Amino acid sequence: MAEALLEVRNLSRRFAAVDALKAVNFSVEAGEVHALIGPNGAGKTTFIHHVSGALQPDSGSVHFAGADVTTLSMHQRVAAGMARSYQITNVFLGLSALDNVALAVQGRTDAGSSFRFWKPARAEQRLFDEARDFLDQVGLGSRGATLASNLAHGEQRALELAMALATKPRMLLLDEPMAGAGPEESARMVDLIEHLARHVTILLVEHDMAAVFRLADRISVLVNGQLICTGEPEAVRANPEVRRAYLGDHL
Amino acid sequence: MAFYRAAPYQKPVAIALVLLLAALPFGLTAFGQEFYIGFATRVLIFALAASSLNLVLGFGGMFSLGHAAFFGIGAYAAAICQQAGINEALIAFPLAMAVAGLFALAVGAISLRTRGVYFIMITLAFAQMAYYLFVSARSWGGDDGLPLLGRMTLAGVSLADDTHFYFAAFSGLTVAMLFLGRLANARFGRVIQAIRENETRMEALGYPVFRYRLVCFALGGALAGLAGALLANLTGLASPNLLVWTQSGTLLVMVIIGGVGYLYGGAVGALILLCLEEVLVGFTPHWHIALGLILLGVVLFAPKGVAALFGKKHG
Amino acid sequence: MTQLILEQALNGLQFGLMLFLLAAGLTLVFGIMDCINLAHGSLYMVGAYFVAAATQAADSFWIGLGAGAAGAAVLGLLLELSLFRQFYKRDHLSQVLATFALILIANEAVRVIWGAQPVMLNPPDALAGPVEIGDFFYPAYRLVIIAFGLAVAGLLYLVVAKSRVGMWVRAGAANREMTEALGINVQALFTAVFVFGTALCALAGGLLGPLLAVQVGMGESVLILAFVVIIIGGIGSIRGALVGSLIVGSVDTLGRALLPTLLRALLPADAASTLGPALASILIYLLMAGILFFKPQGLFPARA
Repeated sequence: MAEALLEVRNLSRRFAAVDALKAVNFSVEAGEVHALIGPNGAGKTTFIHHVSGALQPDSGSVHFAGADVTTLSMHQRVAAGMARSYQITNVFLGLSALDNVALAVQGRTDAGSSFRFWKPARAEQRLFDEARDFLDQVGLGSRGATLASNLAHGEQRALELAMALATKPRMLLLDEPMAGAGPEESARMVDLIEHLARHVTILLVEHDMAAVFRLADRISVLVNGQLICTGEPEAVRANPEVRRAYLGDHL
Repeated sequence: MAFYRAAPYQKPVAIALVLLLAALPFGLTAFGQEFYIGFATRVLIFALAASSLNLVLGFGGMFSLGHAAFFGIGAYAAAICQQAGINEALIAFPLAMAVAGLFALAVGAISLRTRGVYFIMITLAFAQMAYYLFVSARSWGGDDGLPLLGRMTLAGVSLADDTHFYFAAFSGLTVAMLFLGRLANARFGRVIQAIRENETRMEALGYPVFRYRLVCFALGGALAGLAGALLANLTGLASPNLLVWTQSGTLLVMVIIGGVGYLYGGAVGALILLCLEEVLVGFTPHWHIALGLILLGVVLFAPKGVAALFGKKHG
Repeated sequence: MTQLILEQALNGLQFGLMLFLLAAGLTLVFGIMDCINLAHGSLYMVGAYFVAAATQAADSFWIGLGAGAAGAAVLGLLLELSLFRQFYKRDHLSQVLATFALILIANEAVRVIWGAQPVMLNPPDALAGPVEIGDFFYPAYRLVIIAFGLAVAGLLYLVVAKSRVGMWVRAGAANREMTEALGINVQALFTAVFVFGTALCALAGGLLGPLLAVQVGMGESVLILAFVVIIIGGIGSIRGALVGSLIVGSVDTLGRALLPTLLRALLPADAASTLGPALASILIYLLMAGILFFKPQGLFPARA
């Protein structure tokens, strides 16, 4: 197996008197789609916040691409190659789809400094050409000029993904990409993620079990802030502890 | 909200405005109204000051209530330059901008760690600190302020003549507006406007949000410093009253009635407020009541401001 | 020297307690309603004028104080019902603009009604003289202010910490939506807090009236001090407002009294005489900057 791209060691975090995360050990290997599942309130969102850098742990560490990133801020982790999408659609509604992605391209360190005060950004053909490529990749090629607020829900989710991709991540952190989507939109999103998975490592947090079992190479199960099992989908499906704690007969 | 973009008719209007303003002092002289050249200069200077606040507030989304500190520091810096023997505006003004910008950098470095109500009050408190500093600085005139010995020279030309000085202020404002218009559409402008809309998303796209905010805040401070240096030359005095917090409030009022986040918001607001003042003063010594009622009316009935008519925001 | 420090410490305590009366209402309005009220200082000023006018009419300071504070409370009620109620939902920008407008109106209205000259407000005759504490004399009136301030602070603490209304208030400062969801009449709560805050700052205005001049613009400098207090203490926290007030009151008072002397001992005379007053006047702002650098939410953050 390839070496771990993301490694979380002994991560713990308490809120008030509640253990949100208890000594979680977790890793994502380069090239895989690793799904994190768990019942509501298991601490998935808290965990994601610690990986992305929005929150700091009480103890434990986060390593990415061989470097300790525990103390790095969110934008520094993005620069290191970790991009995320949000559970709730989080795009710039007042901007066109193309402007949204161009903003993401522009934020990349290899796109040059953004402390430029004179030259119109619109004149930078390269930014927008590249942004168009990313829109194409998520199937929004023809919607570039549309205001994000006028996109359908599924299209907004895809736009969100295009923005994350535009940061050229080594790992994509997808926080419930199917949330709020209808069956058709979900199917399209699954196809899209499957397509993306050929190029980039994915950490997927998702409730839709059909999607998880179709996409994931490995699955980890978080219950009450503890990681109770990690393994290949069939092994997880068969794990009695998982069944008892969480999934019941859904599997 | 979206990125600022000039309305299609904005460029011809701007050019016409520049020509009109360039002709203004000659027109006033021809009709024997030279007195109003001074007033027009004042409007230009406050237009610059309010526009600098609009950069911070309207484009950067940072609600500073201490902007007058940078304005006042610019005025003092100019006066102190003159005391030190620097009478050339081309040296003194950039120095004033640098000093005001550096102070803004320090204030921003602490205040920008906070958000919302905290930020508003902290900027206000720091401005008050600057005010007390100048009030108690006896070597700079304390309460009375620091007078200038006369207007400076610009590239060797004396600005003592009101028309000359008008053109100095006019060029300062024109260059600043050109810069701000370019900035709004340049990379930096897009970044700060996007941060205004959603800073977490920008952080998640890899932008060091704090750094962008800080630079924007300091740029606003530097431009306010330029306005202050000009005003000190106009009135011949760097007074602590320039730093008093109600001055920050006045600048803020200008931006709000002009239109927050519209390129010409600050300028339009400065024009409206100063003209209003000029007219109201003629009617009643208690014109503050009338002004207050008008402002209340603006809040209750025209929340978007006046410059909303002059520039559209769209993607 | 010890005597000077003791006397200044008492002055600082007295000033801090008065700041607390101002800051208590302000921190709740900010914290619960998320509303910036720049006109809080104007209410303090108007309150002081009310007290001065009522004292003159009744020929008794204490009756004047009560009547003036009650009058200010009525004014606060009218303002809340007619204007502020509409501001809570608006953004901070509108709130600042609107309350700035109220300052302009209040200052000018006071000038029209009472004239531009400061109004004299005398302490009760019985308290006009000094009393002997240990081996020095201290004005009796200031001692009464201290006692009064302590009493109000204690009462307020009991109300906020122990009573049901106080619980609502604390809940409102910590999480407004949750409070609404619990079915508490937030509208009425807001009105009550606002009126209460107005009465408190009118009390402060009236009590300080005999020490400072009652004049136009007296509200603005003190307003900013109250801001500093609630920034240091943490917005929405009564405890923070109390601690912040005492810190600001004593640091400011002691700084002004002792710093010049202290600097003279350390620096050459001319440097000390330039630096001393300047440093003393900005001491609390430096303190605020220092606290914020480590605790951007203030000492006692009300929101988790």
